[in-house]
Amino acid sequence: MPALPLDEAGKYVVAAYLVFLALVLIYVAIMAARLARIDRELGELAELAEGRPPAETDREEVPA
Amino acid sequence: MSAFRAILAKDLLVELRTLQSVPAMALFALTTFVLFRFGLDRESLEGSLAAGVILATVLFAAILAVNRLFVAEREEGGFDAIRLAPVDPAALFVAKAVALVTYLALLQALALPAFGFLFLDDWAGLLPLAGVLLLADAGIAAVGVLVSAIGVNSRARELIVPLLLLPLLVPVMIAAAGAAEPLLAAGGPDYDGVGRWIAMLALYDAVFGAIGYAVYDFLLED
Amino acid sequence: MFRVRLLSLRNLALASVALLVGAFALVFFYAPNDADQGFVQKIFYLHVPLALCALGGFIAAAVHAIRHLRSGDPVHDARAYVSIHISIIFGLAVLVTGSIWARASWGKWWVWDEPTLVSFLIVFLLYATYYPLRFAIEDRDRQARYASVFAITAGAFVPLNFIAVRMAESLVHPRTFATAEGGMPGEMWLTFAVAIAGMALLWATLVRFELVAKSARARISKVRRALDAEATGASRSRIAPTVPSRAGAG
Repeated sequence: MPALPLDEAGKYVVAAYLVFLALVLIYVAIMAARLARIDRELGELAELAEGRPPAETDREEVPA
Repeated sequence: MSAFRAILAKDLLVELRTLQSVPAMALFALTTFVLFRFGLDRESLEGSLAAGVILATVLFAAILAVNRLFVAEREEGGFDAIRLAPVDPAALFVAKAVALVTYLALLQALALPAFGFLFLDDWAGLLPLAGVLLLADAGIAAVGVLVSAIGVNSRARELIVPLLLLPLLVPVMIAAAGAAEPLLAAGGPDYDGVGRWIAMLALYDAVFGAIGYAVYDFLLED
Repeated sequence: MFRVRLLSLRNLALASVALLVGAFALVFFYAPNDADQGFVQKIFYLHVPLALCALGGFIAAAVHAIRHLRSGDPVHDARAYVSIHISIIFGLAVLVTGSIWARASWGKWWVWDEPTLVSFLIVFLLYATYYPLRFAIEDRDRQARYASVFAITAGAFVPLNFIAVRMAESLVHPRTFATAEGGMPGEMWLTFAVAIAGMALLWATLVRFELVAKSARARISKVRRALDAEATGASRSRIAPTVPSRAGAG
């Protein structure tokens, strides 16, 4: 088991892996924002669907 | 076959009458040479520097021609005519490519002597260089026609064409420079090692010629 | 419904986590230090798999583009679009990690001598034009078709470019990365293989992730239309292709 050499070399290796981690996490953050938006829009649609006057409720049948 | 001939003849005739592309390219090339002459402050060039100068000039002159390649078709409705006629759309691709090679060859016929006058001590390498450039022209034409067709239907055409064309032409430039460098060497052309670069150019021409021929129908659809 | 299949998004994600964590564990606890470069060489297990997956992704996009042109089905255009998108992100990671590696090995942040780095930069710049290209064409159908033509052309360009740059550099400078490829002991190969597998799965996971997200957005639009609701202003991107529901599969 190599001890992590915290000299010059170690810093660069860590930096490279951190860049990778950062990119993945940034991607996760962006997708999380998108998911939140999808959730919000679905909420709006659900309200629209529930708030419909009874005459139009048959339109809730949406092709899956 | 006759469609190809007809389109090619039309293009060359139009170019002869309107002188849109080749004079502009030639003028550009001459100006660039003068620029290099004074910018580099050298009376003679050889080897890699000479190869770089001639290739950079040819490359940017080619962009001028590529930009104008389909302008007439777009403005006069030539695309619709091709679509309606019972003609293989790929004929348009081949005809335009040959036209572009012709313009580039004409440019080189004018530019190479000028290049020799301005920069070279020994003209022996010019003829083999012309051959290498012709091979490069075929590659430039194959990709240029594709990119030009993509660009003619988009906004910011003058931006899109160089943006797409320049990276795609990097292998051509590398191979042509690799071949040109020994040909323009100080003591006369050296043919050692030129073969692999010629092979690279031929490969590029074949691949992009084939791709252009195959996908051209899709670019022409409305 | 979200059927549980072998290649479902969830399974892909789990597999890529397992393999990547395993790979990184191997990198730091199992693989020996390189004889020439020492500890710095560990970046290799990150940088090269990223590069291979990015390039593979561009080729995959070309394949999707061919299917798109042949069938006209927008599903394939969506897959090509997302493949290029993820590969560009991977490409960015390749360039940054490559730069860090160059700095650690040779003291400079960029080297024009190294053919793989230069050739990759050119490919990256080429694919970066994919977005302006899509933006510049208004008609959706034509935009998708031209984008597919571009993806095919650029996909063919990738190997040619690599060959050309490699040929150019080998004349001037000897291959200094030979230690990274030739003469690697078995432990390094194993680590490398696991790392590549993990990155490939990560790539596939992210692509699938994005396709599912797009598919969800498309379904929401459909539901909106069915309910005669008004679309919110920013819901239609000008360039990202909308994805039919089944694009998340396969």
